Amino acid sequence: MTQTTFTGADGLLRVFEQEDVNVVFGFPGGAVIPIYDKLYHKIQDGSILHVLPRHEQGGAHAADGYARSTGKVGVVMATSGPGAMNLVTGLATAYMDSVPMVAITGQVKTHAIGKDAFQEADTIGVTMPITKHNYLLKNACDLPDVVREAFYIARSGRPGPVLIDVPFDVSAAPCTWHDRGFSPIPGYDPPGPGDPELVRKAAEMINAAEKPILYIGGGVISSGASDLLRELAHKANICVVHTTMGKGAFPETDPLSMGMPGMHGMAYASHALQHAGLIICIGARFDDRVTGDPSKFAPEAKVIHIDVDRAEINKVRRADVGIHGDAKKVLEQLVPQVNPRQPGQWEAHLDEWRRTHPLSYNTDPEDGIAPQYIVETLGEVTGNEAIVTTEVGQNQMWACQYYKCIRPRQFLTSSGLGTMGYGFPAAIGAQLGNPDKVVVDIAGDGSIQMCIQELATAVVHKLPVKIVILNNSCLGMVRQWQDLFYEKRYSATLLTGNPDFVKLAEAYGAVGFRVERKEDVRATLEKSLEITDRPTIMDFRVPGEENVYPMIPAGKTFDDMMETAPVGV
Amino acid sequence: MKHTISAMVENKPGVLARMSGLFARRGFNIDSLAVSTTEDPRISRTTITVNGDEYTLEQICNQLAKLIDVIQVIDHTTHSYVERELCLCKVASTRENRNDVLQLCQIFRADIISVAPTNLIIQVTGDEGKIDAFVRAIGDFDILEMVRTGKILLDRDTNGTQGEKA
Repeated sequence: MTQTTFTGADGLLRVFEQEDVNVVFGFPGGAVIPIYDKLYHKIQDGSILHVLPRHEQGGAHAADGYARSTGKVGVVMATSGPGAMNLVTGLATAYMDSVPMVAITGQVKTHAIGKDAFQEADTIGVTMPITKHNYLLKNACDLPDVVREAFYIARSGRPGPVLIDVPFDVSAAPCTWHDRGFSPIPGYDPPGPGDPELVRKAAEMINAAEKPILYIGGGVISSGASDLLRELAHKANICVVHTTMGKGAFPETDPLSMGMPGMHGMAYASHALQHAGLIICIGARFDDRVTGDPSKFAPEAKVIHIDVDRAEINKVRRADVGIHGDAKKVLEQLVPQVNPRQPGQWEAHLDEWRRTHPLSYNTDPEDGIAPQYIVETLGEVTGNEAIVTTEVGQNQMWACQYYKCIRPRQFLTSSGLGTMGYGFPAAIGAQLGNPDKVVVDIAGDGSIQMCIQELATAVVHKLPVKIVILNNSCLGMVRQWQDLFYEKRYSATLLTGNPDFVKLAEAYGAVGFRVERKEDVRATLEKSLEITDRPTIMDFRVPGEENVYPMIPAGKTFDDMMETAPVGV
Repeated sequence: MKHTISAMVENKPGVLARMSGLFARRGFNIDSLAVSTTEDPRISRTTITVNGDEYTLEQICNQLAKLIDVIQVIDHTTHSYVERELCLCKVASTRENRNDVLQLCQIFRADIISVAPTNLIIQVTGDEGKIDAFVRAIGDFDILEMVRTGKILLDRDTNGTQGEKA
């Protein structure tokens, strides 16, 4: 084979070029060497930035963070067998949160498939339930069409990860470039606007509603409907509650923002949703963390459900009007039909709840640094402008509660799958996609250790990601459940053997701070903002016994909410 | 309640795995499933019967339609259709009772397609109710082995496989 031969790998990279892919998160291996060999020139001439994570999971989360923060499709690459298997958590995370991603995995040679060859795994079989779609390529000449189709499927409709499994010999085989352009997929037709008759009905219901509430999710962000949502809320004077995925879709500093309802949501947001007469759900899916026991959730409410995925409508809560369509296009139809509305008794109730059930935490400095205070102060020093990623657990919920987001694509968290280890690699992806923005990962001491090896990746690329560790020396959220519901039997949740995070940061060439006094919190956060050429770890020592409140125990109802710590705990 | 749905799917490897994986992980129980090619070589037709309420049916249709390889999902609940199923039944039979079996087969327009010294294999086609009735009746003899294809059907009024994706 001469160097001028055009191969499957060339076809792949040419589609990358057409799809405007300029960052690839990838880890090489035997089965993807033909692709990496062609990638060499692209990396050399700077047309593609290749980011080498230290573990494929980190690569997948980084591609995910890149995608969520920029709105572009994230690209991750791994080799066959172990490489592909290490993507699984990242793919499942992206799938649950509807993140546009294309994963390219190597596969053993076609003749060896099914023979238990070295580094062979049934990647298609394994990833089928955690991808929007996947492909096993058999023919090099199909590669360009399949890759183009994959990008289209990943980003359109309800976005999601798409995986292409490429056997070694397919990427290495000579092929002729057929630019067939886009050909429609018979079984795939992402929806546009909603049925006009249903939209008219929805407008009628909104115009007649006495106790309306907007309940919005990540679909508003992915369809780019935030501006229209703001228009709708202001025009009709309807308060907005958001899911974790919807955080930032509506500015949390807006007087109409009611915050996040549900298991660890604001009590007033849960009140608002529970007692609403009309729930206008846009791009959200009545997740159990929002509804608790669905049979007792918002009993009086009629429901308008707008969703790009027809299967979400009536899945958990029956909709009185279910509109299958793209949130932005449906809002374009809906907003002009909605009448201006004056705030009334319902809004007075909402205000009252907001006043009487505020978020609160222990501010006594004797009790150590309150983690909530750290997040709140972070909001102040970053002017609510930072891109915030989180790990999963108490840190995540405090981030949701106390960091006020003002724009879409600003808050990246593993909402659906609840993946510990997501936040830091996602922050790396977000920083690469947004070099001018401050990117902060709010972490726990447990979850940061799930992907902490990516410090090397961040250092290599000189990424000034800030890691805020709310270090309580335990797996806080599980410990909280054990505390409240298992008589303090802290089975395997107290973390011993934590590293010295400051030294660890230094070992990787990052900067580390340890903060043990409340008065040092603000100064340290500010100091970290001045570091612009490497990551910073801030190890905040917080009390181990601090719990997240409010809390509605799993599967329980709004009436079982614990707004603050039970007496005696 | 029993429902029958047809899914027109792309004739590609792995499509059945996608569908069955979806049924398994979403907890849908399938009564019968028949897959075959159609008049269009690019398309296969899957006929599925499921037991469940309206909610389950709606979820199955919507979740199936979401699969990229699924072109169209048709819920036949409100349509007029013709359905058939084929059953092969091996019954123990000796010279003494062979005539009794034959008589029963005549009533059901079933065919004997294999005769062995100690058994007969009977083929019967018809809608599900007829097959059920036949199986009950032939149960008076000793059924050694039995297999049913599962239901297949066609709507009376539609033309071909084109149409809206459910």
